[in-house]
Amino acid sequence: MSDRRDFLKSSGFLVLSIGAVSLADLEALQAGGPYPDPDFRQLDSWIVIREDNTATFYVGKTDLGQGTGTAFRQIMSDELDFAYDRTTVIMGNTDVTVDQGGSGGSDALQTDGWPMRRVAAEGRRVLLEMAAAQFAVPVSQLTVSDGVIAVKGDPSKTITYGRLIGGRKFNVALTGRNADETTGVAKLKAVQDMKNVGQSPQRYDIPPKVDGTNKWAVDVKLPGMLHARNVKPPVAGAQLVSIDESSVRGIPGFVKVVSKGNYVAVVCEREEQAIRAARQLKVNWQKPATAPFPSSENLHKYMRSATPTISLPPVAVGNIDTGLAGAARVVTAEYDVPFQGHTSIGPAHAMADPSNGQMTIYSNDMKSYGMRNGVAQFLKMPRDRVRVIWMDGPQGYGRTAADDAGFEAAYLANELGRPVRVQWMRDEETAWDTKGPAYTFTMRGGLDAQGNLVALDYDARGCDHNHLGYNEAGTVLIAQLAGLRQEKPNTGGASTPNDMYAVPNRRMAAHVVSLPLVWETPLRTGNLRDPNGPQTTFASESFIDELAAAAKADPVAFRMKLLMGSTADDTGFKRARSIAVLKAVAEKYGWDPRPSPKPLGSGDILTGRGVSYAFRNQTVVAQIAEVEVNRKTGKVWVKRFVCAHDCGLVINPEALRRTVEGGMLHSLSRSLYEEVTFDTEKVTSVDWRSHPTLTHLDAPAQIDVVIVNGDPNPNRPDLPHYGAGETVCKTTIAAVANAIHDATGVRLRRMPFREARVLAALKAAKV
Amino acid sequence: MANITLNVNGKTHTVDVEPSTPLLYILRNDLDVHGPRFGCGLGQCGACTVIIKGETVRSCVTPVSSVRGAEITTLEGLSTNGVLHPVQQAWIDEQVPQCGFCQNGQIMTAKVLLDKNPNPTDAEIRQGMASTLCRCMTYYRIQAAIKRAAKVTA
Repeated sequence: MSDRRDFLKSSGFLVLSIGAVSLADLEALQAGGPYPDPDFRQLDSWIVIREDNTATFYVGKTDLGQGTGTAFRQIMSDELDFAYDRTTVIMGNTDVTVDQGGSGGSDALQTDGWPMRRVAAEGRRVLLEMAAAQFAVPVSQLTVSDGVIAVKGDPSKTITYGRLIGGRKFNVALTGRNADETTGVAKLKAVQDMKNVGQSPQRYDIPPKVDGTNKWAVDVKLPGMLHARNVKPPVAGAQLVSIDESSVRGIPGFVKVVSKGNYVAVVCEREEQAIRAARQLKVNWQKPATAPFPSSENLHKYMRSATPTISLPPVAVGNIDTGLAGAARVVTAEYDVPFQGHTSIGPAHAMADPSNGQMTIYSNDMKSYGMRNGVAQFLKMPRDRVRVIWMDGPQGYGRTAADDAGFEAAYLANELGRPVRVQWMRDEETAWDTKGPAYTFTMRGGLDAQGNLVALDYDARGCDHNHLGYNEAGTVLIAQLAGLRQEKPNTGGASTPNDMYAVPNRRMAAHVVSLPLVWETPLRTGNLRDPNGPQTTFASESFIDELAAAAKADPVAFRMKLLMGSTADDTGFKRARSIAVLKAVAEKYGWDPRPSPKPLGSGDILTGRGVSYAFRNQTVVAQIAEVEVNRKTGKVWVKRFVCAHDCGLVINPEALRRTVEGGMLHSLSRSLYEEVTFDTEKVTSVDWRSHPTLTHLDAPAQIDVVIVNGDPNPNRPDLPHYGAGETVCKTTIAAVANAIHDATGVRLRRMPFREARVLAALKAAKV
Repeated sequence: MANITLNVNGKTHTVDVEPSTPLLYILRNDLDVHGPRFGCGLGQCGACTVIIKGETVRSCVTPVSSVRGAEITTLEGLSTNGVLHPVQQAWIDEQVPQCGFCQNGQIMTAKVLLDKNPNPTDAEIRQGMASTLCRCMTYYRIQAAIKRAAKVTA
């Protein structure tokens, strides 16, 4: 462990603040590096216990507001046998917490929960041995509760963890090939012996977010800091010809125009000056000779006719061609999904400080470690001279422009030799932030004479060529615009559905297509909350409903039959757990079995219900939406959502419920409103008017989240904890589409279901 | 540049700034008042909301010169003697925020809504909050928290 880390801990400043780093801390953090990686093979890198019998856990993840920090405190308190309310957690700061990758893939508990439990259990083991030596009794003679060790049968002999180790290091070596595998020799507790797990302590990060005392990445202020704003090309693929700096030189506080290649930024002393300078700067751009992309109206036509850049090997069961040929009835359908953005409530931002020959970046990027590595590579600095202080920020759930802003701030700070804060504007964020890929789908299904599904063909095209990774020095926007990018584009990907349906003949094929312009384009793709799941599940679970309707079968019963069609065992009992959530959601909703659509109602408001199901990794969900469709306006309101959710062992049920609610409503926004629009030169959805989002008017009247544990043996002592941040994003859109169909008899195969689109579809069907 | 006197959460400050500067930047950068946040700069999302004369004001589109001398309340000024405003307490009790970035606007807008209408119907809550956006989509819990706060304040 570095001296610096010792200083940080012994000074106590990091642990005084709960959760976020306070501004006083930030000053102390200016002290010089270097900043070597905390050693994951040392217990002291993970847990510090102080003399007052309080503890701090150091976790290399980031909490985006779903309560993972609280959950880590719960599971680690349990394994350590420590009082939950005497613990704090520090997350995601590259020089003081072990690199566990930050957030992503909903893996905080599923993957990193295990090493965190193991190091806490090891701490407990070591402390018990220390107490055994002190009292000269075997460990078996000791009991421990809330960080107080007692000798059985001798109430005079007790000692706290703080007395045993407070102010000193464990100096205990751990093993494991990487941070995920970190372990000591202690055994983990059985689930039944964990007392904080399954409780719902309130999230520690909420009071400061509510009373105004929270310190966000946007709040960081440093002596001598400057404000920067980017000036983006007005047209995708435009080349910079010249800059007339005299157009801004007279602005008070003007410092510099920085440009390299097609990257342009203005830097001023004050924020409002930088905004003015960015608007006022005269730049001469040359448009590209050919259109960078088709317009959003023509996107799907373009995608269907484009030659794929890659075609993934199809997943096949049986023989799809003979299956379809032998079917009594074949149903076909095409679905289209537009590009959708993260469009965070707060545009991208970062502060970078070049003091002391190093680079410190204050960022809300969920992958702080990746940003550290990427910036070091980009600026050609040693890794241990770069660090990222992770702080709270507006969330976009995925690979957002927060990555890009971090690199831009570091680049500009390096150029100016002073701390620089970069803040993207709303239009910049909405137009240029990375996008979830657009998709087209062609589906075919074969039913036999009895209405059984005998063949199912899925063919997807994702517009995802050059999908950007997280914090890649060769693909961040400044690297592209400044001519510092990698040569070859990333290959991108396309996905297939996640379900446990048993269909005798099935094929799932997926292709990637590319837009004409690959680099320096606002239509650049990156991970957006469950990166392909909402798109693929919209198509696959809508189509299952179409097949159920063609078979005149109840949609729940039709799915249940497909799940029951095999008895094959599978990893994590996913089939059994799929059946359990489908049963649970139908029961909670009060599902009345009948085919869809229901007979058309007579009033202006048509009501219906729709079901959908999917899994992500080991988490399984089923969801029902109940909608009201206004046949006069096309307005869709989801009146009620029910979700049956199985993510294994639940650490904090109330935090889980809110995470699931947020995920459902996020995807509801994608269902009803969100679409990146563009002409053949630029993105035209640039603010909350041209890029509408869900509002308070759309909130359901009722949301029920049923926490299911469909595991065949729900009380098993080693029940794993799976991820919960994204699975429900898959099911929502199809549930809504299926409910609209149930209400109106109209099948919507193109997202989003904005009023005008719904009304046109209703009129076309004479509803 | 001009000297402008502002009254924020009961304290008086004088700043020498360009009069057309949006109030938001003065609060955040000159007065270290960080409750209001930049979300759009267009008055569309509500993240920058402050309260002036009992009304919500979007500080990102409000020139600082237009609020000279006015009593400006921000999120930091809602509590009294360290006791949270009932709306803030309801937000904690209901565990509303996810990322929390927009919640300044949600809380401030809800506070004004309840001041004007202590017992709002569901429809009045939806309408009253309609133009305050949340991209974590915590609307369902916000509405529950407003009803909870209404019970306390009524």
